[in-house]
Amino acid sequence: MNNDQLYERYQRQLVLKGFGAEAQQKLLSASVLVIGAGGLGCPVLQYLTAAGIGSIGIVDDDVVALSNLHRQVLYNVQMIGRPKADCAVEVLQQLNQQVKFTVYNERLTNKNAVAIFSAFDVIVDGSDNFATRYLVNDACVLLNKAMVYGAISQYEGQVAVFNVQQNNERSANYRDLFPHPPKEGEVLNCAEAGVLGVLPGIIGSMMANETIKLITGTGMLLANKLFTYNTLNNQTYEFELSRRIETASLIPPTAEALQQTDYEWLCSSTANIVNEIDSKEFNSIVAEGKAAIVDVREKDELPVVTEFSHMQIPLNSLQQHTAWLTEDTIVVFCLSGKRSAQAAKQLNEQFGTSKKIYSLKGGIQQWMQQQKQTI
Amino acid sequence: MMRVEILFFGKLVDVAGASLVMNDVTSTDELLQQLRLQFPALAAEKFIVAVDKKTISTNTSLTDNCTVALLPPFSGG
Repeated sequence: MNNDQLYERYQRQLVLKGFGAEAQQKLLSASVLVIGAGGLGCPVLQYLTAAGIGSIGIVDDDVVALSNLHRQVLYNVQMIGRPKADCAVEVLQQLNQQVKFTVYNERLTNKNAVAIFSAFDVIVDGSDNFATRYLVNDACVLLNKAMVYGAISQYEGQVAVFNVQQNNERSANYRDLFPHPPKEGEVLNCAEAGVLGVLPGIIGSMMANETIKLITGTGMLLANKLFTYNTLNNQTYEFELSRRIETASLIPPTAEALQQTDYEWLCSSTANIVNEIDSKEFNSIVAEGKAAIVDVREKDELPVVTEFSHMQIPLNSLQQHTAWLTEDTIVVFCLSGKRSAQAAKQLNEQFGTSKKIYSLKGGIQQWMQQQKQTI
Repeated sequence: MMRVEILFFGKLVDVAGASLVMNDVTSTDELLQQLRLQFPALAAEKFIVAVDKKTISTNTSLTDNCTVALLPPFSGG
């Protein structure tokens, strides 16, 4: 792209008072890593790509599902079943060919986080679970990287900029706000609680805005602040955060210590391990016909499963109905695999080692996609 | 008489409603104790407390017309 085209593309922000060519140059030389290409990740990626960030990394190990499309607006029905990060880059590259994309089609873990983060200036967290959120926070503190944070639940969203260098010190991070991860089940996830599609659009756009301000040094950041927005009544609230002395002791001090911190375990309700099985293993258990297959979703939840016979016992009434489960092997499933993991834990506590208890990893959603792919 | 407004966020709205006013509470510990009596389900919830928008980590005294906000963690993305 020559200078004329560059000028034309970014003309509206180049003429903006307080922005200009210098700010644009900062965007063009910046690198941003976006964790999660879901509800929050989509608008973040769209606006950062459009604004002309030089290099963008995307970490996501998930595939596009029909139930994503009401809020993950980068994707379409043709992309169902394909990796989100790949689909996102296809669309985004059309929007701006100058941006260099790096795709990480893998789950962010304590093993790969340090290596991946090291290649980027700014980390944007649009993940959907506490294990990843605490990992992202701790890795950003360890590596002295600013982190743009956003999270949503039902009709409410939160935005903040954590661990940014200001006046010779780092601003508050996520652990100054919530020092310890909640246990699984203490907090609702999107599949259980639901989310209005436009909410991540609003919150993700605010995250992109904070990222652009952070890179260009424009305006005031949400540093030492947590902004909340409620879509039902349009109320906003800004919490003021401060650093806590205790926080430092909670964060792994070295890359080696981070690699040894089990974030999934920290966020799970008990130390007992849920046996998760993939679609292939699930199909062979179904074919054997000896196991109790249990759908732990609420009644009337979609998709309806007609491919194999099973019982329906919603998670919240599972405890009362364990007498129905006479088989030696029990396989539980739900939409995404989260509720069934909780169900498997409850059953583990109830039956101990007297029965084999499995949870379908990725839920019926992933199972159905994989059936389609094998056909 | 001292008046304190309490704001609830996220999942806590399902437990206690969006806001309420409490009179004659002098500290955050006292306020939380009264809230737990009024809403037993609150005991199972995880949240942080802010007085006049400032997040606190220890018992804090309250003043007339102050606002206390209770914020649970969100993980959705």
